[in-house]
Amino acid sequence: MVSIRRWATPWLFLAPALLVTALIVLLPVANALWLSLHDVVLFRPKVRPFIGLANYVRALGDPVFWESLRHSIVWVVAAVSLQFAVGFAGALLLNRTFAWRGIARALIVVPWALPSVIIGLIWTWMLDFNLGVLNVLGVRLGLLSASVPWLAQLDTAMAGVILAIVWQGFPFFAITLLAGLQAIPDEHYEAAEIDGAGMVQQFWHITVPGLAEVIVTSLLLRMIWVANSLDLILVMTGGGPGTATQTLPLHAFLTAWSGGNYGQGSALAVILTLVLLGIVGIMLWRRRET
Amino acid sequence: MRQRKGRLRLFVGTEIPVAVMVAFALLPWLWMMLSSIRPERELTTSPILLMPQTLTLVHHITLLSRTSFGQSLLDSLIVATGAVSLGLALAVPAAYAFSRFRFRFRNYLRAQFLVINMFPVVMLILPLFILMRQYGLLDTYFALIIGHGTFTLPFSIWLLTSYFEGIPQELDQAAMIDGATRMQALIRVVLPLAIPGVVAVGIYMFIASWNEYLFALMLAGREVRTVTVALQLFIGENQIQWGLLMAGGTLVSLPATFLFLFAQKRLVGGLTGGAVKG
Repeated sequence: MVSIRRWATPWLFLAPALLVTALIVLLPVANALWLSLHDVVLFRPKVRPFIGLANYVRALGDPVFWESLRHSIVWVVAAVSLQFAVGFAGALLLNRTFAWRGIARALIVVPWALPSVIIGLIWTWMLDFNLGVLNVLGVRLGLLSASVPWLAQLDTAMAGVILAIVWQGFPFFAITLLAGLQAIPDEHYEAAEIDGAGMVQQFWHITVPGLAEVIVTSLLLRMIWVANSLDLILVMTGGGPGTATQTLPLHAFLTAWSGGNYGQGSALAVILTLVLLGIVGIMLWRRRET
Repeated sequence: MRQRKGRLRLFVGTEIPVAVMVAFALLPWLWMMLSSIRPERELTTSPILLMPQTLTLVHHITLLSRTSFGQSLLDSLIVATGAVSLGLALAVPAAYAFSRFRFRFRNYLRAQFLVINMFPVVMLILPLFILMRQYGLLDTYFALIIGHGTFTLPFSIWLLTSYFEGIPQELDQAAMIDGATRMQALIRVVLPLAIPGVVAVGIYMFIASWNEYLFALMLAGREVRTVTVALQLFIGENQIQWGLLMAGGTLVSLPATFLFLFAQKRLVGGLTGGAVKG
């Protein structure tokens, strides 16, 4: 009796969270898998025949899928590496001692607390062809010869949405890497200095190895997040002009939603998940190897 | 002389670059707020003037008196408060279990909670939509509360577990020797000591719900319309009402930003703790 109670207590405490998670996450995941194997379209809800992998075959045969995948790769690589670069620079700066460091550290995080929808609005407003402040400044400073319709042009729209997500995400890296920097003992730098190591050598031999763990983890978390995110693009361009900013999650969303094709949309979402799981799996596996 | 040189180096090498970075972080946000208090004619003159000629609250007043944005603010508040209540009710006992008991699958489960974040929202949203439509739950507070309350769970449980681990187990045991049950030990002894952490996690849940867009768009949007969805209404086919949009953006972003600045230290500590530990 006592032993059953001992055994059951932790599970009783966990039960509500597990139950709701199963209901809101696991059940839909199973459901999405089911949908992806059936022909389910909005205008014919009663007839849902099993069609095996036909949704997957059709998705992979569609050139729009490959285009979206390409856009996703550009989106993730550019967004994450720029966020990382700006955030790392920020972390190194904020790790130095100066009078208003606390305030700077607090303020730098503001973009991160804003809703994606508002971030999308802010940057759409600033990049506007007629009224955008960035166009005004660019022309006035001589960087642009004329106003540019950033989000309405095929070759600049992606750059516009990437700029917005870099702004949203760089604080995450600044703050996580700063915490990592502060965990590196000062003695290491002092010892290096005595041995005659310069700033650059100290950076490569102490800072980077000391941060390695944090860098890998934060890159991984951020990559998953950026790869899955679609609200910012949805608000700013809706995937357009044409399909110029359509990434994989957005392609899945639009196929299901505007296209009314639930089966195919789910298949695309499952493919996205598998791609991500694959990449994360390879990264974790290689990390264990080294 | 040497001191002055050091001061100059600090100024040029550190303070100016930091100022540039802070400006990059804040100026777009400030530009939105400034745009929200400029009259319509200044917002429609191209090229836009950098310095406002006159300031006005006309957009804010129109937004709150002539549109349903006030109701949307209320809807967002209800949903976010509900999500915090539900989220804490689920996360506190779960985190307590992780911090106090050693049981089979414990580490496995803790990791699984983080894996959940890997599933793309786009994969969950469609089945949830179909499911909720079946049970007539679409466009209700309940739909959004349960959605928002759940997707913040992994990080919340992670954070709370580390707070609870900082509170000595002996306190629970002393309470239980005095006749308290486990639940009473949690509520009367551990929770009061963990209040700062619980408040920080609550604020995180609130902001996450307040800022959320896709669930709010897909699972509701007509009867229950949160602010992030409501803002989109000012974007028309041919015309964008920038004044109203900027005013709405200002009103929505202020509470979230202040709450975040208030809870920042604890949240960031917990977050980076999680990231550093892997």
